[in-house]
Amino acid sequence: MDDASTAAGMLAVFADPIAPELARSLDLAGYSWKSVASIDEASDNEPADGWQGAIIDCTGDPENAWAFARTLRKSDGSHLKVLVLIGGAHLGDLHLRDDLFDDFCLSPFHPAEFEARLRHLLWNVGDAVSPAGELVEYGQLVLNLETYQATIANRPLDMTYMEYELLKFLAQNPGKVFTREILLSRVWGYEYYGGARTVDVHIRRLRAKLGEEHAGLIATVRSVGYRFGQSRWGN
Amino acid sequence: MTRAPARFFQTFPFGPRPDQTGEVSGLLDQHRDYVLRTVEERGVRLVRLWFTDVLGNLKSFAISPAELENALEDGMTFDGSSIDGFSRVQESDVLAVPDPDTFELLPWGEPGAAEARVFCDIRALDGTPFEGDPRQVLRRTVKAAHDLGFTFYIAPDLEFFYFEQPTAGLKPQPLDYGGYFDLTTRDAAGDLRKQTIRKLEQMSIPVEYSFHEDSPSQQEIDLRHTDALTMADSVMTFRLIVKEVAASQGVHATFMPKPLEGVQGSGMHLHMSLFRGDENAFYDGSDPHALSPLAKSFMAGLLVHAAEITAITNQTVNSYKRLVPGFEAPVHISWARNNRSGLIRVPIAKKGNPLATRIEYRSPDPACNPYLAFSLLLAAGMRGIEQGYELPEEADANLFEMDDTALAKLGITQLPQSLSDALRTMERSDLVHDVLGEHIFEWFLRNKRHEWREYKTHVSQFELDRYLRSV
Repeated sequence: MDDASTAAGMLAVFADPIAPELARSLDLAGYSWKSVASIDEASDNEPADGWQGAIIDCTGDPENAWAFARTLRKSDGSHLKVLVLIGGAHLGDLHLRDDLFDDFCLSPFHPAEFEARLRHLLWNVGDAVSPAGELVEYGQLVLNLETYQATIANRPLDMTYMEYELLKFLAQNPGKVFTREILLSRVWGYEYYGGARTVDVHIRRLRAKLGEEHAGLIATVRSVGYRFGQSRWGN
Repeated sequence: MTRAPARFFQTFPFGPRPDQTGEVSGLLDQHRDYVLRTVEERGVRLVRLWFTDVLGNLKSFAISPAELENALEDGMTFDGSSIDGFSRVQESDVLAVPDPDTFELLPWGEPGAAEARVFCDIRALDGTPFEGDPRQVLRRTVKAAHDLGFTFYIAPDLEFFYFEQPTAGLKPQPLDYGGYFDLTTRDAAGDLRKQTIRKLEQMSIPVEYSFHEDSPSQQEIDLRHTDALTMADSVMTFRLIVKEVAASQGVHATFMPKPLEGVQGSGMHLHMSLFRGDENAFYDGSDPHALSPLAKSFMAGLLVHAAEITAITNQTVNSYKRLVPGFEAPVHISWARNNRSGLIRVPIAKKGNPLATRIEYRSPDPACNPYLAFSLLLAAGMRGIEQGYELPEEADANLFEMDDTALAKLGITQLPQSLSDALRTMERSDLVHDVLGEHIFEWFLRNKRHEWREYKTHVSQFELDRYLRSV
């Protein structure tokens, strides 16, 4: 099955070696990424449609990291969005380097903050790259955001509005694990009288409508919540 | 009965619906947009507007897609005076306002000429909730619970019979003589059940179990829990789908509570729980039975008010022929963990799962109005919580084998014995009056007393067989 997040783009991560918590956060957030140790590696491994963004970890070897950042900017103009990870004691290093990065995150980072910053950094990158912004595709599932119609293996799916919204949200964020509370607040978006268990009800309905063959698209992550599509972190 | 005001009831009458506030109107616009686009994209030719009368009958009128936008915006005016329990003649026009979240394609439309349905809230012409609309009763009751932080979940076990097409004057003819869990050889019913379940799933109604019940041609389909308003809509859809699928095969499906003498009737056991956000408010791991104090008060509320709400949970003359000893239907107002003769059972949750902790209320039958029944059950339980009712001792003996003195010693009373009994008890109930509102309360009593009077004048076969020769 195609991995939708691959289609959405690949992140270059400069870190030597990559810290386990960084790798884990990226995986849990559903990003595809590749660790690169030099500009040459970044250039050799660049995907056909280019890097989606870059994360530069300046906590290990700051000097080397900033050199990487500078060369990257030079070779790329300033198209590539860059997030810098920096230790609290080295905040001063940011001074007069504003041209080298788009955002930064203190390290050790809070995973939620890291994820939020990364998401914000990249939020309009995908749209610019993908000409089919109105379509969300994952494997045999296609959602047309303009007409609100969805098909699985070319079979139309009949859904209520909230079922459609939930599926859309999940399909736009494949590989990520969401708690019920998050889904409720992001999809329903207001204090819905149905409560958090409403999410279970709708997931159950979506699976029934996707059919047995495709019901596995939405996985239950025990005592956490739900994940759409394949995990980036094994199972 | 205590008459002290309680917080739950002080919230009546309710303010504007949440969707009438500005904050969420953008969301509603998207709902509408979704509905309109779907109608266009899927070639929907007819949109059925559904609502429910006071007796729980599904009512429907169809509009063309061209009218839909207008209907979603302003509602559709219709003459309510001919709907049971709706308007009095002098104020007969009401508005049906579609609830866009319930918009769905019907799974039996022809390709290229699809049909859709949407449940409606009924409003007066000035836009205020119409007092004769059962869906609004449930809406404001769940809203009151929600304002206290609770969501009310229900999972019903629905029983019904398949018969050959009925002939007037003849007893109903079952399709088979299978029993509980039987896999009958000539299982026409099994096939019907399968088709029914497929259609239910297509209509967003998840099924948990289905099997052949105890009596000839009796079926049971258990639904997975949802919030009470969604479930009441689902029960309405369920009854229609069961009947539609059966009719398409020349079979008659009925939710009549006791269609055959001498075998079990059809009930609608209700599994209920209250959630506070993600947490089951009925669960308490430190309790030997895993029941929280809140669950116990809720149960006590149900027990205290059970007799008052029985006219609504069991609204036909025939309902009371099911509530007799010997057929697994409850007769006594009691509770137990594993005693199916009581009114409330506390099922043992699988693997002690906190989320699955629930109580099962066993008297309602599937011929009731689910909106009104769910409203009263929630309100009775909430009153128990707010007034801190004490849960009586569990009654784990077989109550059917005890005589009246023994029962009286345990303080166990009986459910109403007839529709007439039930109406008399309901009439004195502040709780039922407050929850249903004056309009429905008064209309229901009037209508049902009339039904009872008609029944009383009927001379039955039983009487002819018994008295014609001997007296």
